[in-house]
Amino acid sequence: MAYSSKVVDKFEKTLKDPKAASVGRWKPGDEDYDKVGTGIVGAPACGDVMKLQIKCEDIEGEKRIVDAKFKTYGCGSAIASSGQLIDMLKGKTIEEAKEICNKEIVDILELPPIKIHCSVLAEEAIKKAINDFETNDNIRKHNQ
Amino acid sequence: MDTKYLYKRNNVWWVKLAVPSSLRSELGYDLRKSTGQSDVEKAIVARENIIEELKKKFDSTSNKEIINEDLKNKVTYLDYASTTPVDNRVVEKMKDCLTIDGAFGNAGSRSHSYGWKAEELIEEARLNVAKLVNCDPREIVFTSGATESDNLAIKGAAHFYKNKGKHIITSKIEHKAVLDTCRQLEKEGFEVTYLETDEFGNVTPEQVSDAIREDTTLVSLMHLNNEIGVINDINKIGEITREKGVLFHVDAAQSAGKIPIDLNESKVDLMSFSAHKIYGPKGIGALFLRRKPRVRLEALFHGGGQERGIRAGTLPTHQIVGMGEAFRIAYEEIDQDYEKINSLKNRLYDGLKDMEEIYVNGNLENGYPGIFNLSFNYVEGESLIMAIKNIAVSSGSACTSASLEPSYVLRALGRPDELAHSSIRFSFGRFTSEKEIDFTIDLVKRSVEQLREISPLWEMYLDGVDLSKIEWAS
Repeated sequence: MAYSSKVVDKFEKTLKDPKAASVGRWKPGDEDYDKVGTGIVGAPACGDVMKLQIKCEDIEGEKRIVDAKFKTYGCGSAIASSGQLIDMLKGKTIEEAKEICNKEIVDILELPPIKIHCSVLAEEAIKKAINDFETNDNIRKHNQ
Repeated sequence: MDTKYLYKRNNVWWVKLAVPSSLRSELGYDLRKSTGQSDVEKAIVARENIIEELKKKFDSTSNKEIINEDLKNKVTYLDYASTTPVDNRVVEKMKDCLTIDGAFGNAGSRSHSYGWKAEELIEEARLNVAKLVNCDPREIVFTSGATESDNLAIKGAAHFYKNKGKHIITSKIEHKAVLDTCRQLEKEGFEVTYLETDEFGNVTPEQVSDAIREDTTLVSLMHLNNEIGVINDINKIGEITREKGVLFHVDAAQSAGKIPIDLNESKVDLMSFSAHKIYGPKGIGALFLRRKPRVRLEALFHGGGQERGIRAGTLPTHQIVGMGEAFRIAYEEIDQDYEKINSLKNRLYDGLKDMEEIYVNGNLENGYPGIFNLSFNYVEGESLIMAIKNIAVSSGSACTSASLEPSYVLRALGRPDELAHSSIRFSFGRFTSEKEIDFTIDLVKRSVEQLREISPLWEMYLDGVDLSKIEWAS
């Protein structure tokens, strides 16, 4: 597959130092797990599964993504796309994160047309993670 | 002379070195070092010394990376089933058939010595091809490759015998050259039965026997599968087709020169060969067309009547001579090649077999050892290929195909799609070294580990989650 140097670079950095590339997970029982939203998209049979987690906090009245982690099973561009998305998420408010569109990932990584679905998957993952966070958040508020 | 890692600057030869950056300052080495020699022979010797010196320093820092320094600078080729490098002996023979002082003539020119010389060389090559598979040289027709041979055999026989019947039998794991040819015949009104295989990829003689009908004219099955290395019993299947009066075509593109073929023994009527899978050039192949009992075909190409009118077109002397030499060498060296390849396969398997969640695709006991297909569960094949970029292999993953479909061969064996996505085909041959296999083991293990660390499926597997029970969004 003729990938851009951007994809190759992102992929190799992720493999070399996964922690620095935000590979990881928060699991039930972890401290602050209630601040985490999780989105899983794709299917093993299709060759792509992305798991994206965001940790959000109230900062000056706004919900802001203070940290994010991911794990991806998939081709090189799927791994690069999810890593790229993580970079874009950190520090954004939830409302800003909702605006992220797959086109941005395509442009930054110079994805070939046949790999655009990887960026679509990444966009779906963040939407799901945000939805998960907001659902849990509402339940929490309701219970308070 | 190997000057690959040398280059000249200011009249002095320099060495390119693969020293990990973390160790460069510590060892006082840069990426390059002057040999201090202007003479290339001396520079090569000096390079060896520099590497020895480096190795000693590295040993003391207990870092083994330098050991594979040569391999790190190149891409180790483990894709022999895709194509092979041409043997130097073959190249030498081919060179003599191109230029003004060589046998460049047209074998069809009967009026002068240029033509006669070319014809002589072609007939010698035909003999060498025939000898490897034990048939009459008059039964060999040169084509542009195994794809053309498959087309010529299947379409040619189907068309010629269409008044006898319009039913053809093949299997689901054939090469596309056979499957797509059959699809084409379906468009023309022929009916095709695609046999299932067992979990190892074998088609049994009984299956063939059961599938043959009144109107069946042809059975086409491969000898050795290109993706998984499984071998069909063409002798037994040939007994059945002969008894039932049906033609038997065998695609032997992957097997000729690698495992024994005896067409005097086997009741095969048509057999396709390729040169480039066995250290010959691309663009040349052959079709075996049995004389007794005689098999007839309708030609695909029409023209100057070459190859007894079966395949028109000026004979490419250099290509044919290359194929002949490749087949001659294969005849001489088939046993030693097999032995070497078998030991390399065992070495690779021994090195990898302790890994968790790996699956052998094909038959470990009863397949060709030069094609070794493994699925590394929870790791996607294309990403693994990217991670082991210093090794050239192929994958059944959808992401490596233009169609975005995982390998149809692995699916036909009943492998779940996720294992097809995770498959890697290692194929090796005459020029593969033990050092390259060791390098591969090392790199594959490390890369699979790295990719599993970032795989959510591996995480679920370790957590004891049953992945088949999860409802995945599509």
